[in-house]
Amino acid sequence: MANDSQSGIRRQIQLPLSEAVRISFQSLKIRFWRSLITTAGILLGIAFLVAVVAGAEISRSLKEVKGTAEIQTFMDEEEDTEGVSAQQIWLVVMSLIVCVVGIANSMLMAVTERFREIGTMKCLGALDRFVVELFLLESGFQGLAGALAGALIGLIATVLLNLKDYGLDLFWNFPLLRVLIVLFFACLIGMILAVLGAAGPAYRAAKLPPAEAMRVEV
Amino acid sequence: MASDIVIKTEGVVKEYRMGNNILQALKGIDLEIGRGEYISIMGPSGSGKSTIFNMIGALDRPTRGTILIDGQDMAKLDTFEVAWLRCNKIGYIFQSFNLITVMTALENVTLPMIFAGLSEKDRNKKGTELLERVGLGGRIDHKPDELSGGQMQRVAIARAFANDPSIILADEPTANLDLVTGREIIGLLKVLNEQQNVTVISATHDLKMLDVSDRVVYIRDGLVERIRNRDEIEIEIGTVGGH
Repeated sequence: MANDSQSGIRRQIQLPLSEAVRISFQSLKIRFWRSLITTAGILLGIAFLVAVVAGAEISRSLKEVKGTAEIQTFMDEEEDTEGVSAQQIWLVVMSLIVCVVGIANSMLMAVTERFREIGTMKCLGALDRFVVELFLLESGFQGLAGALAGALIGLIATVLLNLKDYGLDLFWNFPLLRVLIVLFFACLIGMILAVLGAAGPAYRAAKLPPAEAMRVEV
Repeated sequence: MASDIVIKTEGVVKEYRMGNNILQALKGIDLEIGRGEYISIMGPSGSGKSTIFNMIGALDRPTRGTILIDGQDMAKLDTFEVAWLRCNKIGYIFQSFNLITVMTALENVTLPMIFAGLSEKDRNKKGTELLERVGLGGRIDHKPDELSGGQMQRVAIARAFANDPSIILADEPTANLDLVTGREIIGLLKVLNEQQNVTVISATHDLKMLDVSDRVVYIRDGLVERIRNRDEIEIEIGTVGGH
């Protein structure tokens, strides 16, 4: 039956978070390889970040215990008092910039190739913010997965490299708390970068009138 | 009777800016469409029929003129109201089906029901019923790439009926289908139109649509050229056939 045709226009439209999470997760799963490439970009950036910063923390901790004289770190000899050299900071910043550009590019591609899908969703009653929400959730998942894996790989790499310098002493003087803090912030940065990279294209796509979004041929 | 008019357009103009030129796709469309009518909007490519479809369906805004749906001026609706309208009052069927490729048939059909706030149990039940009604009861878990063109359009029809809309807008629903499948889709739309008293508006240049239409609106160069009732259409078809 044609329902409530006389009852006027209402406003209630919803997308529960659980549904949004399910849809975005499913969307990532279906585009697994493409998602993996984007995630790999985040992974590399974060792995590098963790390797440098956590490595510096480890060597600082060991220097505190053993004194600086007998220790040569793998990265650089020109370390300042904080344990991270200017060159290392520069490398980390560069890798993060490359990471953001890579993510923004992947997200731009991912959003553009799905203009029709976005238009269709809006035809079915999706609000602009649902579209943005779905894309941000997707990129957030990718960011988190990439950052977690990157942090783990970075940590393993830096532990192996420091193992060469310090031997098993490394484990007795391991700065666990400081390394965990580094890992936490690295994951956070990875997620934020991914969400930031997706926000612009997703917002632009969501603002398009459905007719225009569906007209776009990619 | 005013209450039986479900859609009314008054002087609808749509202009597109193409570089320095302004292209007028619609030059002042006046239409009245009654509840439960089956209307075909016919016209050659570029005549403006898809544009009028987009205007009536709240998919785009006119440059000038008013569109009233159930007496409500669309220009005065805010974003939430337009979304509600698209979700609950209008069902869309497209030439290229526009199914969400990553979702199964059932998920495609139930997506508008999520926006309308139905529980998972209710929407799965209703979605399954709708898919059974369009003859796809055995394929609810199939993804669009596992379905034929006709089957995809059936899913799109089931999706269009998801929230019991009062208007179905179909933009060239048979253009990507073969003759037999196209005829089946038209028949299905007609049955649903009669069973549910839903207004069906179809932009088309498929002559098969004429058989089932209550009225045919001919659009040419952004203007309504003529409107023909069913009896007049039959005479015209007879004349064409006689030549």
